Formats: sequence, structure tokens, C-alpha cells
Amino acid sequence: MNVLGYRLTLTALIGWLIILVCVGSAVLAPWIAPHDPNAPLGQRWEAPSAEHWFGLDQIGRDMFSRMLYGGRISITLAFLATCLAFAVGVVAGFAAALLGRWVDVALSRIADVILSMPILMSALIVISAVGSSAAVLILTIGLLYAVIVFRVARAVAMNIVVLEYVEAARLRGEGLFWVILREILPNALPPLAAEFGLRFSFAFLFVASLSFLGLGVQPPDADWGSMVKESALAIPAGLAAPLYPAAAIALLTIGVNMVVDWLLSLHSRPHGDNA
Amino acid sequence: MAETATKTQLLDVRNLRIEAVAESGARVTLVDDVSFTLNPGEVLGLIGESGAGKSTIGLSTLVYARSGCQITGGQIVFRGHVLRELGIEARQSLRGAKVAYIAQSAAAAFNPAHTLYDQVCEVALQHGVMNASQARVEAVRLFRELDLPNPETFGNRYPHQVSGGQLQRAMAAMAMIAKPDLLVFDEPTTALDVTTQVEVLASFKKLIRDHGTAALYITHDLAVVAQVADRIMVLRHGKMVEEGAATQILQQPRMDYTRMLVAERVAAQASTFVAPHGSSAQPILATRDVVASYRSGPRVIDNVSIELMRGDTLAVVGESGSGKSTLARVIVGLLPRQEGDVLFNGESLPPRLESRSKEQHRRIQMIYQMPDVALNPRQTLLDIIGRPIAFYFNKSRREVRARVEELMRQIDLPLDYISRRPGELSGGQKQRVCIARALAAEPDVIICDEVTSALDPLVADEILRLLRRIQDQTGVGYLFITHDLGTVRRIANKVAVMYKGQMVAYGATQQVFNPPYHPYTELLLSSVPEIRSDWLDEVLRKRRKVVR
Amino acid sequence: MLKLLVQRLALGMATLLAVSVLIFWVTELLPGDLASNILGQSATPENIAAIRAELGLDRPAVERYTEWLGDAVQGDLGKSLANKRPVIDVIGPRLVNTLFLAIYAAVIAVPLSVLLGILAAIYRNSVFDKGVNIVSLAAISMPEFFIGYFLILFMSVQLKWFPAIATIKPEQGFFQHLYVTFLPMLTLILVVIAHMMRMTRTSVLSVMSSPYVEMAVLKGIPKGRIVVHHALPNALAPIINVIAINLAYLIVGVVVVEAVFTFNGLGRLMVDAVAKRDIPVVQACGLIFAIVFIGLNLIADVLSILSNPRLRHPR
Repeated sequence: MNVLGYRLTLTALIGWLIILVCVGSAVLAPWIAPHDPNAPLGQRWEAPSAEHWFGLDQIGRDMFSRMLYGGRISITLAFLATCLAFAVGVVAGFAAALLGRWVDVALSRIADVILSMPILMSALIVISAVGSSAAVLILTIGLLYAVIVFRVARAVAMNIVVLEYVEAARLRGEGLFWVILREILPNALPPLAAEFGLRFSFAFLFVASLSFLGLGVQPPDADWGSMVKESALAIPAGLAAPLYPAAAIALLTIGVNMVVDWLLSLHSRPHGDNA
Repeated sequence: MAETATKTQLLDVRNLRIEAVAESGARVTLVDDVSFTLNPGEVLGLIGESGAGKSTIGLSTLVYARSGCQITGGQIVFRGHVLRELGIEARQSLRGAKVAYIAQSAAAAFNPAHTLYDQVCEVALQHGVMNASQARVEAVRLFRELDLPNPETFGNRYPHQVSGGQLQRAMAAMAMIAKPDLLVFDEPTTALDVTTQVEVLASFKKLIRDHGTAALYITHDLAVVAQVADRIMVLRHGKMVEEGAATQILQQPRMDYTRMLVAERVAAQASTFVAPHGSSAQPILATRDVVASYRSGPRVIDNVSIELMRGDTLAVVGESGSGKSTLARVIVGLLPRQEGDVLFNGESLPPRLESRSKEQHRRIQMIYQMPDVALNPRQTLLDIIGRPIAFYFNKSRREVRARVEELMRQIDLPLDYISRRPGELSGGQKQRVCIARALAAEPDVIICDEVTSALDPLVADEILRLLRRIQDQTGVGYLFITHDLGTVRRIANKVAVMYKGQMVAYGATQQVFNPPYHPYTELLLSSVPEIRSDWLDEVLRKRRKVVR
Repeated sequence: MLKLLVQRLALGMATLLAVSVLIFWVTELLPGDLASNILGQSATPENIAAIRAELGLDRPAVERYTEWLGDAVQGDLGKSLANKRPVIDVIGPRLVNTLFLAIYAAVIAVPLSVLLGILAAIYRNSVFDKGVNIVSLAAISMPEFFIGYFLILFMSVQLKWFPAIATIKPEQGFFQHLYVTFLPMLTLILVVIAHMMRMTRTSVLSVMSSPYVEMAVLKGIPKGRIVVHHALPNALAPIINVIAINLAYLIVGVVVVEAVFTFNGLGRLMVDAVAKRDIPVVQACGLIFAIVFIGLNLIADVLSILSNPRLRHPR
């Protein structure tokens, strides 16, 4: 199957569908949610029914409606954090690759030190100092991931900078801005697009994990991670309630990874040079 | 009838067909209906340009096809065995023991984790030809036969500890140790410098002759194959063009394609020199005692002074590591010089690229060795050729397009290519686009860095002709960086010979390439293979005399 | 080569020092006065001043950092703000538990995933390879708490094979420990094996496509010997790196798994400390995790250098 001239595989198609459904339901949550996500509507742990598709939670709220709203929070946080990571990381990575010398050395050393700590630990330490809020989560995750994006963007740009068409542009006397925009960026886009998907899925899992630990999204708001935490007590009772939001997290991550794999395979395909 | 034929024949390949199968299921024919036979002790040269299917045929005699390729038709009979019917174990006992392979790049084909002994003896031990101590003795004997230094201890080294030429010979030892009936040489000297190539070629020739082993010798260089082959088969686009005795192919080729190949090679040796223009005028480009190095390392170029006159071609020749490409980088300012001066039209150029003016950039343009990476794959030819016009001359879109079309006519590219991207062009066409891009800046000097090295001989010849025509039309000066003396003869009126960062000879080509020679120039000149089949023996005889 | 090893060691130490500065700086100097943070609602000017004096917050940061680091080197990590006990006493048993779980998982996961990775690479594009690829992609995409709760629901609540809560007590025997921590271990290795196997597969594949492996095929060497003798020695360095990354993950990334199984490990201690703003404990945990992380990377670096023939046998 062909879409915009690209061969779409079955897994990629499934991946795109999953993303479409998740993002669509997050955007449309206020219109499609059957109930108020924060209003108790019945007994705790009420079993799934035609009225309440996923049943009720520990204080009798409609799980399905809460999941629609929760997805909105999780996806928004992860998306904004990923955008921040790319805005900072790509600029710094390209600067390091192009300017070289001390800029590169300094930025790379800083990245080494920051990444010598596990990212989760760094985030925990920051949260211990300033507490948790949506802004803190986006900033912390965004800036920590910016360091990883920096490394990726730098490596991608390094591979392109050494090519002679970039040298030819420099010899012509082109400015740095033109070189980045016209020579490097178009050729760096495919790998960076795949990295964006990958980073988003990690940021998304990261937000969910922090919320699950009680250090992410704070009540009364709930994302999928904190919903798992709140309803965890249902498990010993033999109820699968916490698994719904957890499965939703897994589903979206798998969908994104399927698309990322497809993007990577597009990128590694030679663009028709007498291959 | 087939019975009697196979008795005397070592190898009989009939109607061989090999295809590449892409993941999408698309098939491309790499080798189409190729047949040949080989008698014991006979050497068959396979010759053709890249994409002719030479290596694929060579590998098929070991019943091996690279990933994505498949032998889909024909028969390969080796000593009465139908190879395509062999099972996996029979194939393993054929490879290395009966048919052995010598690859183009020994540096890549040797495993970095093991010593040379390990890898050479492994073949003999694996096939049970001899025991460990016998294998060692045999290895030492082969090392000695191949003129390797300290044959007794040579094998204790790791691949990265010996030079490229030595490694290539060690691979021949690895191929010979199990005493195979057939050797497959796959461009074994192509990656070597010309002076090393002579020695390695001589070792190979001696080895084949002394052991009476049959061989397939794959190369793109007619002059190389002329030294070793009894018979030659010419291939093009996977099909056989013609096959015959070596002398017949080289002296009376029947097919047009073969005639062109031979004519190109003869022209490279025998062209008349182009005389330089008068030296009274001011040189357009000159270096004065230039010194440069990378970081704080040793001097890569040391006190180099050259002068290029307007409309002239100055060739800078040397082997790898001679500093010839570094000189080009210093002139354009990619590598700032440490001492000396670079003068353009009598004025000193700033050492660093960034400090030069737009006009200084414009007047010196550059063309590269690999047109594949010299063109941005995401831009169309209009973008690529049009950019210097828009950048330097502030032209409107319509004017840019008109000028691009004019340039495309000048380099003989069809005008409807204007919206194509580099990926849709052949190697030669890409190099033409690079030339057009350089011309678009209307420069006084174009630096050509090995511009024909990555191209097939006939394509390279066309590019050289194009460059000369452009010079006649525009009066542009070329600084021609190359390792190929044939190219120098054809295009340069002045030449600078570089050796380990120093310029050892400099002057009009006519004068540098004629006696009295500088010793290194003489070595270099005498190392260039000639198409006569007695050339190699003659060179070796002469050199032995000099040594004595 | 010795020079290279010493360089790496020095680099590791310098990195650790830099990280300790970062930890200290972030926890003590970020906006939000520590003292008022600790007191929260009950803050009055008087008790803020008292706490500041007690913590020594009125002294310059550089002085406090050197003192903190000096003490830490001697094993004194300060006192917990929550229960006033020495941090080292609080951390000690928790660290032992976490290490136990990590080693338990590593002993099973490392050989299994390296083996699976090599097999997937050798039988590339086979049914086995594709199956393993899909399963591992799914495992990577699932959050640890999904796998954990799923295992609890299935193997603990329904089948009643293993306990849902992994509390280990000193009076239990070694095998009892293994039994109690089986589910957290299983959760951990499912995630780690997926990662490690995929990375091993990639590095073996890249070696298997090298010209010297093709040469070995053309020499008539059987497949088994090619993999063991020609491919593995060269794939060793990348595989060592893969193992180190995942071991570090086992020790550091267990936080979520510990929370799922209410396992008394270092990770859960740190999460609790973060929630309670118990800064000395956060600092100490951060420092320990950093040491483990940097140490494992250093070991991997050293082993890769040792396994590189170009460095072992210089020209």
C-alpha cells in the first residue's frame, strides 16, 4: 500500500491507527466522554456494564471517562516535553557539529556528566527540590531528554557535515544559517523524525512512571499512570481495573514504536543510487 | 561429448544467470547468459567496468552469492562436479580447499582479532590438508615465496600491524596454503598505490606460474590483466562482450566496446604533451613555501611552492599520504597554512576560509572525487547549479534558470534533467553537474581533486575531454590533484610531483616526464602498468639490474 | 594501553565529582528555601531560622559542599530529616535488598538474552527471529507496572503460586528469598531481556555482515565456527556495553518494580524521601546510584579496551 509515495507496511498502518485513535480520543475527550470524570456515580469497583464500559474506580467514578481525560494529560505532557527536548537538543547538537572546537567540547562534556546519572534519578532529585507540577514535569523531562536529543542530533549532523556538498557550500561562502537550513536539515529530517517518535514514547512512559510513583500528575487531576496507582488496590481483590490504563499506555507506546520502526526502515533504504 | 570435455577442463560455466532480488520482490539481472571454460593451469582475465558483474561471476565459482543475490540459471561444473547441486557440507569442503578467493581489500577481509598465522593455517587445518606444524612450515614457505619480510615471524603479527601491500600478499598465502586448483583474484591490487602494485603483481604472477594453478583474474585495468592472463573475457552490464586469447583481445579487438577500452588505455600512455603558456605573465594562483599540518602533528606539506598560469593546467601527483589533497585544502582555506603564502592574482589570500571575501570564494572553485557525496541528494539540478548564480550574481529566478540551461548544454546534459535529483543520474552525469556548479561561479581557477578516480575509464575519458573543451572556451586554470599519471599526461602542461609532503619535482610535464628524471618520478613512471604483456617482466628485469 | 586505562579511570572519577556537585547544587540551591519546604504549612520565622541553623544553611554553599563530600567519603551521609537516624543506617539494608534483586535478575537475564540475541542474529529473518522481535518490541513498550500487576493478577491472585508482596526478612532462608522475590525478578528480566537481546542481535548482525566473515565463508569454515571464532571476538565489546547498560538499569531502574511489589529496596526509599523532601536521604541515594552507574560504565569501557586487538597488540 502506498501513502504519499511511501510503501506502508501492515505494522506501520496498525501503528498509525493506534496513534490516531489515542490522540483523537484525547483531543475529543470533553465531547465523547459519557460521564463526568470526577463525579462518583455508584459503588466502588463496580464491574463493567453497558453504562460504564470499564466499570467504576475506587470511589465510584467512571473509568472510561477518566481514561479519556487521563490520556489528554499524559499525551499533552509527553508531547510538550518532547517538543522542548527537540527545540533545545537539535539547536545545541547542530551547533556542536558545525562550530566544532570548544563549543563541541563544552557541550559534549556537559552532556556526558548529565547522562552519567540515570535520567529517572535526575528527575527525582529535581522534583525533591522543587516539587511536582505540570510545568516542572515538562521542563525536567524536556531538558533531560534534550541532552539525549543533543547527542543524536550532533551525530546525525556530524555525518552530514563531513560530506562534500556541505564543504562545497562553505567554500562558496554561504552563511551558517543557510548551510543548516538548506544543506543539513533536509537530510537530517528522516532520522530526526524517527528519533522524535522514539523520544515521545519514552517521555510518555516517563510521565506515566512518575505519576505511578506519586511524583507526577497530582490529584484531583489524573493521567494514566496515576490512575494505575490509585486503583492498584483492586489487584489483590482480583479485579483488572488498574490494568486498563496500564494497557492503554502500553498500546500507545507499541503504536508509536511500530511507526518508528517503519520510519527507520524508510531512512535506511538507499534513495535509488544505482543500488 | 560433455564427458570428454569435462575431463580436460577444470571449470566449465554454462549460461550462468545471477539476479539481485530486492525485498519488494523486484529482480535485477546482474549476470546474463555468461559461459566460459578454464583448463588446469590457465589464467582467464575477467575485465569490465563497475556493474559488469565480474565479482559476482568470480564468487559464483565458489557457489557463493552475496546477500540479496541469487544464482538463478546455468551450470557450473568443476572437475566433473555440478556445483549448484552440492549440499552445504560439500560446498564447505570445496571453498578454500579446491577454489580459493583473494579479495580487493585485505585490510577488511582479515579478521582483526586473530594473528595472520591463525587465519592462514585455519584453511589447511579446517580441510584436513595438513596438521598444525606442517601448516606452519607451509605458511612460512609461502611468506618467503611472496617476498614478505621476516617470513619466520611474519605470521605472528596481527592484520593491523602490517602494511596494505604485505596484507594483500598474506591473503594470497592464505589462498594457496590448501593447494587449491583454482584461485579467484578479485581486483587484488586496485586499492594499492601504483609503486606497491608492481611488487604485489609480480608476487602473484610468480605464485601462479610456479604452482601451475589456474586462476580467474578480475580487474577493470586492461594493463594489469595483460601481465597475467592467457585469455581475456570482456564483460559489460552482466553480458559477455567478447572472449579470446590475451594477445588477440589486446591487439586485434573485434568488438567496438573492447576497441574503445584498448584505445583509451593506449591514449593514456602515448598522448602528446600539452605545452605550457608563456611564463612571463603573472600567475593566477601561486603558493610560496607553504607549510601545513593537522593539529600539532607532523608537517603534512612542507615548503611547497607552485605557480598556475591563467588557462593552464597544473597537475599535482603523488601516492596516498603525499599531501597532495592537503595542498588543495590549504589553498581554499579549509586547512589554514602555518607558514608561507598563497597568492591569488598576486594578492595574498587570508589563511582561513572564514576571513575570505565572497569574490575570493567565487574565483576559486572545487570539484571532488566522489560526485555522489558532492551533491545534496535532496536538491534538484536547478537548485544545485543555480545556487552559485543566485548567490554570487544576484540574478532573478528567470535569469538563473536561463543560465542553468546554458550550462547544462555546455556539459551535454539533456535540459529535461533540470528538475531531477542526483540520485536519478549516473556517476558520470553527476560529475558533469559538479563541473557545471563550479562553472556557474565563473571562476578563474578550478581545483579538481581526483575528479576521475571514482569513474570508469571510458567515462573518465569523456570528463577529461569536457574539462579541456571548457578550458579552451573559458580560459579557466585547473589545479589537478591526481594519483594517475595517465591523466596527467593527457591534461596537464605543468606537473608537481609530491612525495611524503615534499615537492620532489616541478616543471613542464614534457620536461618532468622525460629524462633526466628525479629518481622518485622515474619509479612512479615505471610503475604505471602498460598494455604490453611483457611490461611487468621488463620492469622487474630493469629494477633488478639497478639493485645489482 | 595502560595510559588509556588510567585516562578512563581519571575521567570516571572526574565525572563522579561533577555529578556530586550537580546533586548538591540541585537539591540545595534550587528555588524554594529548603527550610520552609521542610516545614511547609507550619513555618514561622522562628522555627525556619532554627532549622536553617541546624542544617547549617546559613554558611556558604561551597563550604557546605566540601564538608558534605568530605563526610560522604568517610561514610558519613548525614542524618535523615524524617526520622533523625543516620542516613547510612537507613540506606544499608535497603541497598542490600536492591542488590540482591538486581543480581538475582542479572544471573538469569544476561546469559539468556545474549544467547537469544546471538540465535536471532544467526537465524536472521527466520520465524524464530521474527517472533522474538515482536515479543521483545511489545515487552519494551509496556510500562513495568503493567507487566508487574499483570503477573500479580495472574500468578498470585488467580493461581496463588507466588506472593504479591515481596517482603524479605532476615529470618527467611536464601531459597525463601528467591521464592518471595520471584515475581519482581520476572518483571525485571522481561523488560531487560527484551532490551539486551535486541541490542545483542544488532551488534552481532553488524559483525556478521563484515568482509572478514564473508572471507571465512569463502574459506569453507562451518557456520558454528564462524560465529564462535570469527564473529564473537569482534562483537564482544558492543555486547559488554549492552550488558553494562542493562545491569545499571537493573539496579537503578527498579524503582517502579519495587513500588509495584512494595519491596523494601533503595529505589522505594528514594521515592519516599523525595515525597517527604528528606534531602539528605535523596542526596545519599543519588550519590550511590551515580557511583553504581558510572562504575558499571567504567568497567564496560575497560573491558572493551582490553578486548580490542588493535589496542592489545599495538603496531
